Amino acid sequence: MRAWDPRIEEMPKADLEAMQYRLLKTLVYRLYSFSPFYHRRMEENRVHPDDIRTLGDIRKLPFMFKRDLRDNYPDRLFVSSQEDLVRYHVSSGTTGKPTVVGYTERDLENWTASLARGLVSCGLGRGDVIQVSYGYGLFTGGLGLHYGAERIGATVLPTSVGNTERQIELMQDLKATAIACTPSYLLHMGEVAEKMGVSIKDDTLLKVGILGAEPWSEQMRQRIQEWLGIRAYDIYGTSELSGPMFCECTEQKGFHVWGDLAYVEILDPETLEPLPAGERGEMVITMLQKEALPMVRYRIGDISAIDDSVCGCGRTHPRVQRITGRVDDMLIIRGINVFPSQIEYALMSIPEVGQHFQIIVDRRGALDDMLVQVEVKREAFSDKITDLMSIRKKVEHKLKNILNVAVNVELVEPGSLPRFEGKAKRVIDRRKI
Amino acid sequence: MKENKFVIKQISVFSENKPGRLAAIARALQEEKINIMAFSIAEADGFGVVRALVDKPKKAHEKLGELGFNVAFTDVIAVQMKDEPGGLYETARILGEGHINIEYAYAYSGKEAAVLILRVDNVEAAIAAIQKGGGTLIESSLFQ
Repeated sequence: MRAWDPRIEEMPKADLEAMQYRLLKTLVYRLYSFSPFYHRRMEENRVHPDDIRTLGDIRKLPFMFKRDLRDNYPDRLFVSSQEDLVRYHVSSGTTGKPTVVGYTERDLENWTASLARGLVSCGLGRGDVIQVSYGYGLFTGGLGLHYGAERIGATVLPTSVGNTERQIELMQDLKATAIACTPSYLLHMGEVAEKMGVSIKDDTLLKVGILGAEPWSEQMRQRIQEWLGIRAYDIYGTSELSGPMFCECTEQKGFHVWGDLAYVEILDPETLEPLPAGERGEMVITMLQKEALPMVRYRIGDISAIDDSVCGCGRTHPRVQRITGRVDDMLIIRGINVFPSQIEYALMSIPEVGQHFQIIVDRRGALDDMLVQVEVKREAFSDKITDLMSIRKKVEHKLKNILNVAVNVELVEPGSLPRFEGKAKRVIDRRKI
Repeated sequence: MKENKFVIKQISVFSENKPGRLAAIARALQEEKINIMAFSIAEADGFGVVRALVDKPKKAHEKLGELGFNVAFTDVIAVQMKDEPGGLYETARILGEGHINIEYAYAYSGKEAAVLILRVDNVEAAIAAIQKGGGTLIESSLFQ
């Protein structure tokens, strides 16, 4: 199948923008009338719905933040009444107090449609068996992918997370052709499979991975594709946007943000001025059709860049490059900004060490001290201390080059660093401020 | 070339430098009823390499590998020394004169004689030099 909804997905850009403007206008009037929170915020910023006369006028609208959801816990930002809601999800709260999101029937419909388009765009459809190894329950990942996959006529294998050996058996026995999970869990599955004597590449029919819910790098994609013999696609979303929402197409050049559902801006994090296409900055998303919990100019805190040109797949909707960091994941080490994703990037280019790592930040005297633990690969192990020392030197050197800050590296035994089945927590910050 | 009877397979195990790691290795060997004839620990910053001559090296490699350890075989030689002053000098002099570099060594003093275990840069040349210089090499079959 070329596209799930070609009329929308291949809509000429001018028509798409006209549609976005109409949707934005409706959204702003609706919020001004029904959301006491956003009404007040608009008044504080001296904006009236009548001020929105072009799509570009979106820049006049005030931002929303994660803390707005927390401050209004559990449901004070909802614009629909409870009887119109058909579902709740609750975020894991990795960065603070949990946040609650709610859905009307139409919200679920749009979410499912968004994923149906995405799954078809990476080559899946009727006849595929999609193993959903995202958590089911309060987390949006499992149920989101579940309904998206059912919608396109694929067969869902709802394994959720955990019990990895059983997951691998089922993957073989029920001939799964695709898996949806976090990239780190897929790596973990690959390792467990090897221990069981199963090669995902040779002994399963797996051909596609829909990987997201945590940042990952292009190098990690290459490694997964070569090692597991699949095509690995990035999927993006957060519970505030509905859940996993936007997926890459077979071009693998960033995830398509469906313009009828969302409007994406990339801003300079300091000046908050829009950045030209291709430049990295803070991603800000407006959900154009969400009913229960509208999100306007939501500052998720993810860093990325946008490509506005028509995609090689024929879709006209903008693509956002993979997330390269989070504004709030950023560590400040001796005054220098460090993103864990940079460390992942650095390690991928060093074949002697594995892909798992842990960062331990401490303060020695007045100085910040950053230790990165990495696993020495079996193939790279040498009896000679000097060989091991030079692996360590190599990693330290590479990290220093990429991060611009000196880092201590500790070599640890393979398999000894924690594996994550959900979101990876790779930073231990022991500094006491 | 075919395997020299004087080349001994030592097992080398990567270990983090923290309490309990040696015990984990030793317990694994005990469970497989593997006897350790000689061993040493080389330590660097934060990690170490445990090196051992055992009676069943293949089995030891297998077992430790299964437990997740980083294990490798390393070729070493064992030289019998006189357990008296000058015993070490004998062997070291032969290797020095043969321009053979010792990467590391460890020794034990047995009932009959002292034994020096050597990791050298050129195993074949070391064997030839020791034989020519009148030293006594121990065959691997004696250990394994």
